[in-house]
Amino acid sequence: MNPSNATPENNATSLADVSTAWPSLEDTLRVLTLRAGFNTNTVVAGATLLGLAAGVVGVFALLRKRSLVTDALSHATLPGIALAFLAATALGYTGRSLPVLLTGAAVTGVAAIACIQLILKHTRLREDAAIGIVLSVSFGAGVVGLSYIQSNAAANAAGLSKFIYGQTAAMSVADATFMGVIAAAAIAAALLLHKEFALVCFNDAFAKVGGWPVAAIDLAMMTLVVLVTVAGLQAVGLILVVALLIIPAVAARFWTQRLSRLLVLAGALGALSGYLGATASALLPRQPAGAVIVLTAGTIFTISMLFAPRRGVIANTARHARLRLRIAGEHLLEAAHDHARDHPHTPHLDRATRYSIARQRGWHPAALAAITALLVARKRLATTRRGLTLTPRGAADGARVRRNHDLWTAYLIKHADVAPNHVDWSVDQVEHVLSTELIAQLEDELQTQPQTETRART
Amino acid sequence: MNLSIATDLFPLLAGILAALVCGLLGNFLVLRKLSLMGDAISHSVLPGLVIAFLLTASRNPLPMFIGATIAGVATALLTEAIKRFGKVDPGASMGVVFSILFALGVLLIEQAAARQIDLDADCVLHGQLETLVWYAAPDSINALFSTETLRDVPRQITTLSIALAAALAAILLLFKELRLAAFDPALATALGFNATALHYLLMILVAAATVASFEAVGSILVIAMLVCPAATARLLTDRLPAQLWVSAAAAVAAATLGYLASIAIPAALDKPAVNAAGSMTLAAGAILTAAILISPTHGVLARAIRRQRLARTVAKEDLLATLYRAQENGQHEVTTTLLKAVTGRSLAATIQDAQRQNLLTIHKGNAALTPQGTHAARQLVRKHRLWEHYLVGKAGIAPDHVHDTAERLEHTNIEPATAQSPATDPHGRHIPPPA
Repeated sequence: MNPSNATPENNATSLADVSTAWPSLEDTLRVLTLRAGFNTNTVVAGATLLGLAAGVVGVFALLRKRSLVTDALSHATLPGIALAFLAATALGYTGRSLPVLLTGAAVTGVAAIACIQLILKHTRLREDAAIGIVLSVSFGAGVVGLSYIQSNAAANAAGLSKFIYGQTAAMSVADATFMGVIAAAAIAAALLLHKEFALVCFNDAFAKVGGWPVAAIDLAMMTLVVLVTVAGLQAVGLILVVALLIIPAVAARFWTQRLSRLLVLAGALGALSGYLGATASALLPRQPAGAVIVLTAGTIFTISMLFAPRRGVIANTARHARLRLRIAGEHLLEAAHDHARDHPHTPHLDRATRYSIARQRGWHPAALAAITALLVARKRLATTRRGLTLTPRGAADGARVRRNHDLWTAYLIKHADVAPNHVDWSVDQVEHVLSTELIAQLEDELQTQPQTETRART
Repeated sequence: MNLSIATDLFPLLAGILAALVCGLLGNFLVLRKLSLMGDAISHSVLPGLVIAFLLTASRNPLPMFIGATIAGVATALLTEAIKRFGKVDPGASMGVVFSILFALGVLLIEQAAARQIDLDADCVLHGQLETLVWYAAPDSINALFSTETLRDVPRQITTLSIALAAALAAILLLFKELRLAAFDPALATALGFNATALHYLLMILVAAATVASFEAVGSILVIAMLVCPAATARLLTDRLPAQLWVSAAAAVAAATLGYLASIAIPAALDKPAVNAAGSMTLAAGAILTAAILISPTHGVLARAIRRQRLARTVAKEDLLATLYRAQENGQHEVTTTLLKAVTGRSLAATIQDAQRQNLLTIHKGNAALTPQGTHAARQLVRKHRLWEHYLVGKAGIAPDHVHDTAERLEHTNIEPATAQSPATDPHGRHIPPPA
């Protein structure tokens, strides 16, 4: 930290004092509909296109499990920028020329990926270590290079370090056009090489056996990643461009299982992040666009992770809870069935019996109450004066679960060579998910009376 | 190159301390395939630092330390949560968490800057080693060893010393547990050590080391020192205690050499010194590269030499076995042109090898085994045919499928166990008796 030169009064401010002048709805609409002046339009359009390209390309990086390789790649662009600047200055050109700097960035970025592959191939170090080594050493080289340039270069070298954090607001028309070209290239490649990319992403061993040039296809994918990273350096900086490559792809993954939809969705979410983030940063004072774009993407990610209908956390948790409840209900019906069979004169479940079942199953009394209530509501159990009794449907369900249990037990003992005193636990898990076909097949194959097993148990 | 106590002692000391604490902790990260957790944590402590700074409105190190440690542990927790509940690839979930937190930190810094509070994201990355100047430095080295000097020690060095002491204490006290959790977390849990608790203890230590280090040396050196010394040690030894010592030595060497190089190399070119933390990172990378190349056990060179030696032995043995089989067919000399078809390796070198060991003689372009060579070849062919016998009899492989396997196994020291010495192999050929 730099020694603070702030006065005590300024230091006395706290988070609560943050008061931002909120823009009017009119202003907001103007920026959103690209009517807010040429410069703002350029920035918003450029950020949107970058988000689009990064989203599409990020999908391949995610599916190839290379998300963090892109992190090493983006850090490794810094020494390239420094070297390109030094080389260009030494040759008598102006070192600030953007194409020169970005070429240098791309070269060292690719070299970093090659280094990671070399370390993985020739040493016992694992991928995480290889990425960390390349990332930190190359970034250290970049820092050394920048400090050398800052203290030595005669020409004005200020602004090289903007590649670390990016400078969205300074985006020029040429930059935005560059983003457009990269986005077009990414989309064209994703369309033209869709089949090849899908093959390599999902089963590279199969692709290799099938005679596909896996290395070349991989190279094409990584080239796209390098292009997007280099394009994003200017706009959002080398640390946050990784976020644009990773986050939209991961967010889109929650919504779909199909590659084509995943590509469209990741591109759309990336573009939306760029669009909304750049807009917000244009409207609010002192909001660095790169950070706002990433935080927008982060918000989209959080929403996706929580609320996506099939793979989202809430949907998953609910599905899981429903399954557990169903299994618990079936266990209770099974226990009630056994109880009624063994005590024909007192077939009802009184309080003590219910608690002893709960203890065996490890249920909390509250869970027992919930399961009982559910079964009563589903008309599987009925409340009587002396306790709970099975309704006809409940009795049928209980008998079915018991029969499944016995069939599977008999099968395991007879065909899978499992010791009789070891089968019970695993059967408890499986008895709920046996399909009718499988049960028919089991009955056919075993040709046994499952009751014999039942009697042995009692 | 002139080093002075005033300008160089504290920066060098801070660099060494930071390298040591990170280098030691890094061993457990590298073993648990968590190297990048250091990278993630050092990015994501930024919002913790800034929030603590904004809340307390002071540079008091304790709240900033607590804020950053909370952010660091939150990174580990959130990564785990996204990985488990969202079923996301571990690398991607780490990337999501640290990039979002870093963006939050950058945004908060801008907010702070709006109120003329000077928090610079740059120095979080590169550190401020060069500012640790000791204005009241004594002139002689002897004057250093007095209680007076302790008062002048800057806060960064005190913080780093405390972090190092904490890391050392944890490693010494929990060595057995950390070792077990590093190699086999499931076994550790089964034996009653809480591997999850150990994991988060490690995360807290890493976060604390990160925070303590980067005011002085910047997060880039932290990331490098969490990985490079441990990786270096991993290539040089297979035992954890030795690995800890080697990594500590590598870390200290990287910090010292890097610091000296940052002054000496530009000075040789008549330029001002470059960034010391970056230079230390490069030194760590250079030491690691050296280990990758010349480690006696796992180095690239050593392995290439071992492979080369093995290839020579195999080629020589194949040559001898071929000559022996020709002898069995009554052909006591073989033209070298025919031999060329057998050995994959350059024939001339192989023949020279064998000649030098007095295993064969060359007469007018024909090769013949010496008695010594016959003896060696007989043992080889015996092993080959015993293996064929074993593979057909015990492993149930068809007789026409065993040759290639036996061809490889004959070069090992292992002879298959047989109840009684069989006289012939599955192809009906005679198995030579043992020597």
